[in-house]
Amino acid sequence: MDGSDIGLWGVPLAMLAGAIRVSTPFIFVSLGECLTERSGRINLGLEGTLMMGAMSAYGTALLSGSPWLGVLVAAGVGLMLGALHAALCQLPRVNDIATGIGLMLFGTGLAFFLGKPYIQPKAPNLGALDLGGWSSIPQVQQALQVNPLFIVGIVLAFALAWALKNTRWGLIVRLAGESVDAALAIGASVARVRLLATAVGGAFAGIGGAFLSLYYPGSWNEGLSSGQGLMAVALVIFARWDPIRCLWASLLFGAAGAISPALQSVGVTQGYYLFSAAPYVLTLALMIATCSPARSLRGAPAELGAVK
Amino acid sequence: MTAPSLELIGFTKRFGAMAALDDVSVKIEAGAFHALLGENGAGKSTLVKCAMGYYAADQGQILLNDREVEIAHPRQAHELGLGMVYQHFTLVPNMTVLENFVLSRGDLPAVIDWAAERRALNAYFETTPFTVPVDVAVADLAAGQKQKGEILRQLYLKRNLLILDEPTSVLTPDEADEVLTTLKKLTDDGQITIVTITHKFREVNTYCDAVTVLRRGQLIGTKPTSELDNDMMAEMMVGRRETRTVVEREIRAPGKAVLKLEGLSVADNVGQLAVEDLALEIRAGEIVGVAGVSGNGQRELVETLAGQRDHEAGRMLVHGEVYTATRPEMVRHRIACLPEEPLRNACVADMSVAENMALRSFDQSPSSPDGIRLRRGPMRETARKLIEAYKVKTPGPDAAIRGLSGGNVQRAVLARELSSEGDLLIVANPCFGLDFAAVAEIRARIVQARNRGAAVLLVSEDLDEILQLSDRIVVMFDGRLALQTDAASADVGAIGRAMAGH
Repeated sequence: MDGSDIGLWGVPLAMLAGAIRVSTPFIFVSLGECLTERSGRINLGLEGTLMMGAMSAYGTALLSGSPWLGVLVAAGVGLMLGALHAALCQLPRVNDIATGIGLMLFGTGLAFFLGKPYIQPKAPNLGALDLGGWSSIPQVQQALQVNPLFIVGIVLAFALAWALKNTRWGLIVRLAGESVDAALAIGASVARVRLLATAVGGAFAGIGGAFLSLYYPGSWNEGLSSGQGLMAVALVIFARWDPIRCLWASLLFGAAGAISPALQSVGVTQGYYLFSAAPYVLTLALMIATCSPARSLRGAPAELGAVK
Repeated sequence: MTAPSLELIGFTKRFGAMAALDDVSVKIEAGAFHALLGENGAGKSTLVKCAMGYYAADQGQILLNDREVEIAHPRQAHELGLGMVYQHFTLVPNMTVLENFVLSRGDLPAVIDWAAERRALNAYFETTPFTVPVDVAVADLAAGQKQKGEILRQLYLKRNLLILDEPTSVLTPDEADEVLTTLKKLTDDGQITIVTITHKFREVNTYCDAVTVLRRGQLIGTKPTSELDNDMMAEMMVGRRETRTVVEREIRAPGKAVLKLEGLSVADNVGQLAVEDLALEIRAGEIVGVAGVSGNGQRELVETLAGQRDHEAGRMLVHGEVYTATRPEMVRHRIACLPEEPLRNACVADMSVAENMALRSFDQSPSSPDGIRLRRGPMRETARKLIEAYKVKTPGPDAAIRGLSGGNVQRAVLARELSSEGDLLIVANPCFGLDFAAVAEIRARIVQARNRGAAVLLVSEDLDEILQLSDRIVVMFDGRLALQTDAASADVGAIGRAMAGH
């Protein structure tokens, strides 16, 4: 990329582009986790779901030639993994956290195992919409190449926020997360609500995985997710369990992830790996800044075991 | 809405061998503001929980508007128009008042029209004597507003017989007055009937029409408040008692001050002051009994002394030195502590009896030669001696302490705490839930510690225990000391009144 003609403007522009590109999986995984946690369950296995989604989407796209079919299959795989997590957690004396970590390792391991044949071949890409046609600057045009899934993610964030607030279904999900007693008092089945919420949350994460393998970086390999599924869990806490704030937080994390390549594009090559660590440093910093031993987090679902 | 009458006839409820209620009958007139008065464990909560269908009574009959009804489940009680407001809040904190109200109605459409619901609730609030902000998250409401919200929700759900379980215990006196005044108006209008569980005479005198007093599961009597004064109520509540039964105690003049509290203030879990500006001195060789109804700051006081809670203001002095409840200070000043619920507060449930008994001394000789390595042998040997000396019933020193009965956990912790021959012993409700023999023995141990010159702080909800053991008695009410008296010249009536805030 030639950044010299727009000078240092290349850095924020590249970060904007990065925010759009890199944030999409964060958006989907964090919305999935947000939904799951609002129902009172925590799912740490979404990293594994992300990898299984990426692998199954890539495989399906490769075999069928249709990347969108791949997205659909990824969602289905995520749905099943989420339902598996929820079903396991409902057994007596089963711990959310341990099951989640187990499924994270299971999901990544299974994805590596089943995904071996797809590492070399090139599957069809999801493609992008050119929203930068109004500008004559090539860098702007490139930055505003937007994948449709990004837009779906934004719509999903607003739709989820609306549904949690305005629908019977959303209110019952929140009630299950806030007070089991109150949910039982109005005759809702907490177990069923959590099963559905966790399964749908898993489907969101699966779609996030499809984006990774089918658009950016756009190929299947074992280092594809690099912990994004886990960072999304931290991000939900930072966003205080609010879907809209999950969206902003995802964009922030995406931009942080793009710092390193952006600086490289304007010729700053020193400390490349240091800047690559930006999202992880950000995760840690946010956790330290927002958590306190003396009080529980505002907005945290009261029935969520991990924050009790 | 018209207020119903409620009659509970012949209620008996046993928990194991203990009768929580023994043939109790109460008639509550339509439109009455009826108080249930009694000490902790008198059976007030058990009675109303039986009426609401939370407990199944062993015997008892309920007449609602003179017609017999069966209430086996809270949902049946709700359908009959009975509602309960608890001491703790049941509104969901992370939801707004509007969301809470609409959700509890239980008949939600798929998509909720919040504008219409808001209009309907606001219109409803036009008809109620007090209101709460509709669009504020319940977590952001003050305690008084939350309690009003709880009551409003009961009215909103068309409940016309409200049972209030210590509704004002979380409120300031002003907030309590506001809530009770408006409730009084509703009963006077004949809209609702109210049964309220309380310990506070002031509220009974000002707001209630009739009082039913329970003591140890027995009905003492029901009387109109106009025929009662505070002395009579106190006597009904605590009874006439022997102030001394035989526990061998040496007559000895108290020694130097061991524990001194100066202006101590402690916040509770929600940040309100549970202990306020407390000053207290305990001298060597005396037992100071802290009486009071639970929830008046005793728990927070003990937690602060035991190092489980930070204090907001003031200071604690032990032997004249500032004390911050750290482990080295406890070892140096030889402080022993038997908190309430010892299995939770003073034990590691899954560790063995021997390990639990070594919690104070595991890093000292002989349990540890150098503070790093542990020696199981001496640890087990010490435990064996304590088990024998204190008659702890356990399969052996290596059994998990979780498996022991309540009395034996209590004995094990007492053995650990008293084995160090401490200078200061802090004890909270040491005999709660124990059988007769265990009670006598544990009390004797506490008096023994006092006889050998330890300063003892005894916090107890059991007034008999306080009267029996203490050299000096103080009463805690609302985080402050309401009364200080020598046990020898103590007036039970005055103590009862102080416990009720008079």
